[in-house]
Amino acid sequence: MTEFETVIGLEVHCELSTKTKIFCGCSTKFGAAPNSQVCPVCLGLPGTLPVMNAEALERAILVGLAVGCTIRRRFKFDRKHYYYPDLPKNFQISQYDLPLAHDGRVDLAGAHPVRVKRVHLEEDAGKLVHEGAGQQIATGTAALVDYNRSGMPLLEIVSEPDLREPAEAVAYVKSLQTLVRYLHVSDGNMEEGSLRCDANISVRPKGADELGAKIEIKNMNSFKSIEHALTFEARRQRDALARGETLAQETRLWDDTAGETRSMRSKEAAHDYRYFPEPDLLVFTMDDARLAVIRGRLPELPWTKRLRYVQTLGLTDYDAGVLTSDRTVAEYFEATIAAGAPPKTACNWVSTELLGALHGRKLGIGDSRVAPRQLAALIALIDKATISGKIAKTVFAEMLVSGADPDAVVKAKGLVQITDEDALVTSVRDVLAANPQSVADFKAGKSQTIGFLVGQVMKATGGKANPQAVNKILKEELTR
Amino acid sequence: MMKSPASLTIHEAAAALRAKTLSSVELTKAVFERIRAVEPQVHAYLHLTEEDALAQAAASDRRRAAEESRGPLDGVPIALKDNLCTRGVPTTCASKILERFVPPYDATVVTRLRAAGAVITGKTNLDEFAFGSSTENSAFGPSRNPWDLDRVPGGSSGGSAAAVAADEAIAALGSDTGGSIRQPAALCGLAGLKPTYGRVSRYGLIAFASSLDQIGPLAKDVEDCAILEEAIEGWDAADSTSVRLEGPSVTQASAGDIQGLRIGIAKEWLGTGLDPEVRAAVDGARVPLEKLGCTFREISLPLQDYALPIYYLVAPAEASSNLARFDGVKYGRREDGANIVEMYKKSRSAGFGPETKRRIILGTYVLSAGYYDAYYLKALKARTRLRQDYLDALKECDALLSPATPTPAFRIGEKADDPLQMYLSDIYTVSVNLVGLPALVVPCGFSAAGLPIGMQLIGRAFDDATLLRVGARYQNVTDWHRRKPPLPDSGEGGV
Repeated sequence: MTEFETVIGLEVHCELSTKTKIFCGCSTKFGAAPNSQVCPVCLGLPGTLPVMNAEALERAILVGLAVGCTIRRRFKFDRKHYYYPDLPKNFQISQYDLPLAHDGRVDLAGAHPVRVKRVHLEEDAGKLVHEGAGQQIATGTAALVDYNRSGMPLLEIVSEPDLREPAEAVAYVKSLQTLVRYLHVSDGNMEEGSLRCDANISVRPKGADELGAKIEIKNMNSFKSIEHALTFEARRQRDALARGETLAQETRLWDDTAGETRSMRSKEAAHDYRYFPEPDLLVFTMDDARLAVIRGRLPELPWTKRLRYVQTLGLTDYDAGVLTSDRTVAEYFEATIAAGAPPKTACNWVSTELLGALHGRKLGIGDSRVAPRQLAALIALIDKATISGKIAKTVFAEMLVSGADPDAVVKAKGLVQITDEDALVTSVRDVLAANPQSVADFKAGKSQTIGFLVGQVMKATGGKANPQAVNKILKEELTR
Repeated sequence: MMKSPASLTIHEAAAALRAKTLSSVELTKAVFERIRAVEPQVHAYLHLTEEDALAQAAASDRRRAAEESRGPLDGVPIALKDNLCTRGVPTTCASKILERFVPPYDATVVTRLRAAGAVITGKTNLDEFAFGSSTENSAFGPSRNPWDLDRVPGGSSGGSAAAVAADEAIAALGSDTGGSIRQPAALCGLAGLKPTYGRVSRYGLIAFASSLDQIGPLAKDVEDCAILEEAIEGWDAADSTSVRLEGPSVTQASAGDIQGLRIGIAKEWLGTGLDPEVRAAVDGARVPLEKLGCTFREISLPLQDYALPIYYLVAPAEASSNLARFDGVKYGRREDGANIVEMYKKSRSAGFGPETKRRIILGTYVLSAGYYDAYYLKALKARTRLRQDYLDALKECDALLSPATPTPAFRIGEKADDPLQMYLSDIYTVSVNLVGLPALVVPCGFSAAGLPIGMQLIGRAFDDATLLRVGARYQNVTDWHRRKPPLPDSGEGGV
C-alpha cells in the first residue's frame, strides 16, 4: 500500500494594530458600533484616494525583517479586483508581483524551519452580518455590511509548502502569533479575527517530488479548527487517492460545526483578479537609513530568546518555551533576574506560581500586583533562609493580593524562619519526648521516620522552622 | 450699452469688485439671469445652486465691506464639472448610476475655491464619467456649442466650456484625462489648462483614469486660467500623487515677456487628418509669437502615432477598475435582483450608458489574465518611450506648439455612432496626459463658418507658468479670445 505524505502551506493574515486605518484616519478599535468608524475613503466613495499609513508600512517591514525576509528597496501596490459587498471599491489594494518582503524563514522549535515566501501589506474588507434565523447566509432575511473593518491594515505572510503535519501548521501559526505580539504590531487574536489563516493542502505519495492537486481551505477561525480542518482534509485526500480517485484544484470551506470541509469553488470558477499597479499610490522606495531605523525597532525575537535561555541561563527548552511564548512574561522574568534572582528559581516562580495564580484569576502578567523586583526580593529571602520555601508561598499569596513587599509581609505576619539552633533544639527535644515510638522505629533502622518527625517540629513551630536546620538537629539528637 | 457683468473675465470682475462699482450679489444675479436666458438652448448645467450662490455672494460682499476680501476669486461665480464632489450637492458624472448621489464631502479643489471666496453656480454637464469628446454621452442630454447650437461644445468638459462661452459662469473647472479640458476649450473659443500631473489634487474628482486625470480651469482668457490654477493647485495630504510646489506663484511667474523662447512644432502634427483651416490658424499664430521674440523649430515625435492606441489601452483599463465600485450596494442606482450577482448586473446594465460599457469591457479585457502582458504592460512600456520623446524634445525647446483639435466643432450626431472617429478628435491632446506634462489651449482663429479654433502649447513638467506666459502675451496682441458667440437670445446679457 502506498504511503502518503501531507504537504501544507499557509497564508496567515494579521491585522496590524495601528491607531488608524491603512489609507485614512479612521480608528481601528475592535468592537465599535457597526459603521461608526468609517469615512469617505474607507467606504470607497467616488473621488476618494488612498494615502499610506506610514506606521502600517513600518510594521509590515518590521515583520518582514523578523522572519528573515529580504526587504525590497522598491515596491508598489496593486489593485486586486473581485465583486463582493464587503469590498467597497470592488477592488482591494494589495501587493501582487513586488511584495515588500520576500524569502525568509521561521524556525519552529523542535521541527524543521518553514520558509516564508513573501510578506505583503493590503487593506482589509468589511464584514457581512446576516440578519434573521441563525444569522446564516442560507437562512437569513437580509445581509448587512459593517465597514468598520474596511481599510484595516492587513499583513499577509505566505509560507512555502514546508509543513507536513496539522500540528506543525498550528505550531507555525502560534509562533507567528507570538512574533507579531512580540513586535507589538498586532493583537494576533484569532477570536477577534486579527489573526486569520488559510491553508493550501495536498497529499502525495511519500518521496514524490511533485505536489498533489492544491486544495485551499478557508474559514479556520481558531487553532483547534486549523488542526481539525487539516486533519480532516488530509484524511479525505488520502482516502480519495487510496480509492484511486484524482483530486482537482479547488477551494474548500471548513465547517466547524459539521467537522468537515466542503467545496466552495473549483479552479475553473476561480477569480481573475486583473491585478494592475495602483495608480493612486506612488512606488515606495526604502533606503538604508530608513531601513536601519526600522531594524532598530526589532526586539530580541522569541526564538532567539528561547535559545539564549537554554544556552546561557541553563533553563530547559520547555521552561524557556513557556517563558518566551509571551513577550511580557519574558520581560517579567528578565526583570526578576536583573533584580538578582537566580534564573532557575526565577523561572519556577514565574512560570509556576505567578502564571498559575494569574491564570486562575484570569489575569495577564501585566495585571500582577507583584513587581519583578518584589519577586526577586522574595526569592532572596528564601536563599538567605529568612523564610522557608513553604512560607514563601504564603507570603507570595499575600503579595499577590496586597502588592506589599515580601519583607513587610514577613514582618507583619511574624513569619521569619527559625534558624537559631538553640531555639530549635528545645522544640526537637519536645517532639522526640512526645513520640517515643517513632524514635524507637528510627533506631530500629526505619530512617524514613525522620520525615514524620520533621513534620511534627514544623507543626510545633507554626511552619517557621528552617527544615534543613530541623533535619540536622534531629539527626544529631537521634544519634546521640 | 453697458457690458453685462456676466460677460466679464475673472480679473475684470475682480477689478470691478475691488473698485466697488459692482457687488458680488449683482454679479451673481447677472450670471443667473444669463443662465435663465440661454440655458434652455445651451444646456450647460446639470444642477444649479442659485440660492446657495447668492448666499455666498452676500457673504463675499460682507467680507469686502469689512476689508477682509480674499483675493481675485472672492465673489466671482465659478461653475464646476459634475464629476467634482460637492458636499450636499448632487454629483452625477452625467450618469444614471449616480443620479441620486450626494457626496458627503467636498473635493479639495472645491474646498480651495470656497476658501478663495469663489461663488459656486452649479454643476456642469459632461460625457458620462468623462468618457467622450462631445457631451453626447451624457445620460441627461448633450450640451450645445454657443457658437453654433447644432454643434457639440466638445467634451468631456463640454458643459463647463459651454457655460463659460455663453457667459453662464465667469469661469469653470473641468477635468482632463485625454483632452477633456483642452478640446472643449478649443471648440468653444476659450483658454483651457491641463496642469502638470501632480500639480492639482485629484481628491474628490470622481476618477476616470487615475494616472491621467488632472483638474484644471476653462476660462475666457489665459490670465483667468492662471488665477484659477493658483487657487486650486498645491500639495494635498489626501492625494499621494500631488506634489509640493516651489518657487514663485503661477500668476507671478506668468507675468514676464517671452523674448528668446524656443518653440518646437512636431512635423507629425501637421499630417493627414488636420483640417486646412485649423492648420492655417495655428500656423498664423507663429507671426505674433515671433514678433514677441519666440523662435520656432521643427522637431520630431516619432511615437506620436502610437499615442491614441496607448491611451485607449491605459485609460479604459484604469476606468474599468475605478468604475467597479458602482454596484448598487452602497449608493447610486440599485436594481433589485434575485441574488447579489443579479443585482450587480441589473444595476450596472441600467445605470451605465453605451460608451461607459464599451470602455469597461475594453478595460476589463486588457487587464485579463493572458492579455495583460500583450496589451496593458506593452502600453505602459510604450508610454515610457513616448514620455522620453517629449522630454527629449523639451530639452531643446521651452514649449511645443500644436493644433488643439483636428477640426473645429462638429455637428451633434455627426460622430456619435462612430467611436473611432470620436476618439480621433483627441489625437493632439491624449499624449500630453500620457506623459504627464502641462498643456494650455488658446484661441487662435476662426473658421469660415465662424467656429473657434484653438492651438495647444505643451510645456515642461511643472513649468505651467511658461505656457501661461506665452498664452497671456499672445492674447495681449490678439483678440480671438474677446469675440462672443452670437447666441439668439442673449437677453439683457447682450453686448
